[in-house]
Amino acid sequence: MFDLAGYGQQIFNGTVTTIELSVLSLVVSFVIGLLGASAKLARHRALRGIGTVYTTIIRGVPDLVLMLLIFYSLQIWLNELSDWLDSLQNSIDFEFPLDPFTSGVITLGFIYGAYFTETFRGAFLAVPKGQLEAARAYGMSPMLVFRRILFPQMMRYALPGIGNNWQVILKATALVSLIGLSDVVKAAQAAGEATFRTFFFISVAGAVYLVLTIISNGVLMLLERKYAVGVRKAAL
Amino acid sequence: MIDILQGYWQPLLYSDGYRMTGLAMTLWLLVLSCGIGFCLALPLAVLRNARSPLLWFPVWLYTFLFRGTPLYVQLLLIYTGIYGLSFIHNTPPFSEFFRQGLNCTILSFALNTGAYTTEIFAGAIKETAHGEVDAGLAMGMSRVTLYRRIIIPSALRRALPVYSNEVILMLHATTLAFTATVPDILKVTNDAYSATYDPFDCFGLAALIYLCVSFGLIFVFRRAERHFLAYLHP
Repeated sequence: MFDLAGYGQQIFNGTVTTIELSVLSLVVSFVIGLLGASAKLARHRALRGIGTVYTTIIRGVPDLVLMLLIFYSLQIWLNELSDWLDSLQNSIDFEFPLDPFTSGVITLGFIYGAYFTETFRGAFLAVPKGQLEAARAYGMSPMLVFRRILFPQMMRYALPGIGNNWQVILKATALVSLIGLSDVVKAAQAAGEATFRTFFFISVAGAVYLVLTIISNGVLMLLERKYAVGVRKAAL
Repeated sequence: MIDILQGYWQPLLYSDGYRMTGLAMTLWLLVLSCGIGFCLALPLAVLRNARSPLLWFPVWLYTFLFRGTPLYVQLLLIYTGIYGLSFIHNTPPFSEFFRQGLNCTILSFALNTGAYTTEIFAGAIKETAHGEVDAGLAMGMSRVTLYRRIIIPSALRRALPVYSNEVILMLHATTLAFTATVPDILKVTNDAYSATYDPFDCFGLAALIYLCVSFGLIFVFRRAERHFLAYLHP
């Protein structure tokens, strides 16, 4: 039953790629989300406008379409940029090679940054204003207020949303096999085609995702417990 | 972008001459998969809240399996995997069904959205105010009447905002259909891309169309929410 026909190593490598891709995309979208939330809550009207346009457009367009759009266009733009730089000076030959992995991280980070922006915006607003004012009154710099007061409390409100987004990112990485990355889906497809046991190998890929989901559920529960330290829950 | 529109507006909107394509196909996929998913989810959501583990466990397993794996993997499993099984291959009605990309696509989309919708509805049913149920029981309603008149209508109303989100995510998920050779919007723009090698205009056009459909759906659901949830507004 559990005979991987020598494709175990390939599927394992694909799984590692999937995990790396998801984690890196999470980091990128986390940072974009923090920036986006700050922009949407900024005093400047232009910044708020940019934030709103970004989240509205990204969340209105399917991720696969954005992925194809960014993956193919980014390559062309980078080529044009390097040609232009080459034409400026002849001594150095500029080149910006873009492999599917990097563009996958950029694309997924850019897309899910919009979802994180909304998550963080709500969480920032949930932190009582008086606490921030008190911190300012103590003479903390804005960065220190963010690090010591705003961020730790915001995380508590944001965690369920972060967990949700993480699950979505993890599953969205399967799309990256469509732009040529050899992730776990691609490896399973290749193994299935070679052995004529597609059903079995695709099921293996599905099982890998299920295990990853179960593990991340456990980690999330631990994190939620950590950030809920000192919070009293209403006893029902 | 104008010349792509001129060359491809007809397949992009409704037909390439002998079959439904583009926007019409995308909407057809959306309506069919959400319709089947809805019909599947309603009874399953009731079972999901049942007391007996024999009833709720299979439903839980179904939603866990379909929500824990990517839709693309499910589509691959149904489209390429099942057809490869010799048992399916040699049984004429099955092989006929699973040979068509459209059938496999709709089956996998419906099962996927059915799992998410089951959880949405089950959550709403669980949170029915106990006073409503008590009142229904006090009126002497049977369990079936109670569900039909009180619990399900009220749960569906309260689930509407979350359900509208699921429908929009499903619209986005229909883009996967092109991997099973179903001629939806993305397939047509992908063909245009192969012909012109102009990714920004081709996929940008697809993005614009999907954006418009998303906004249209959001508008419709806002109207529906205002109608069905009017009693919640001051």
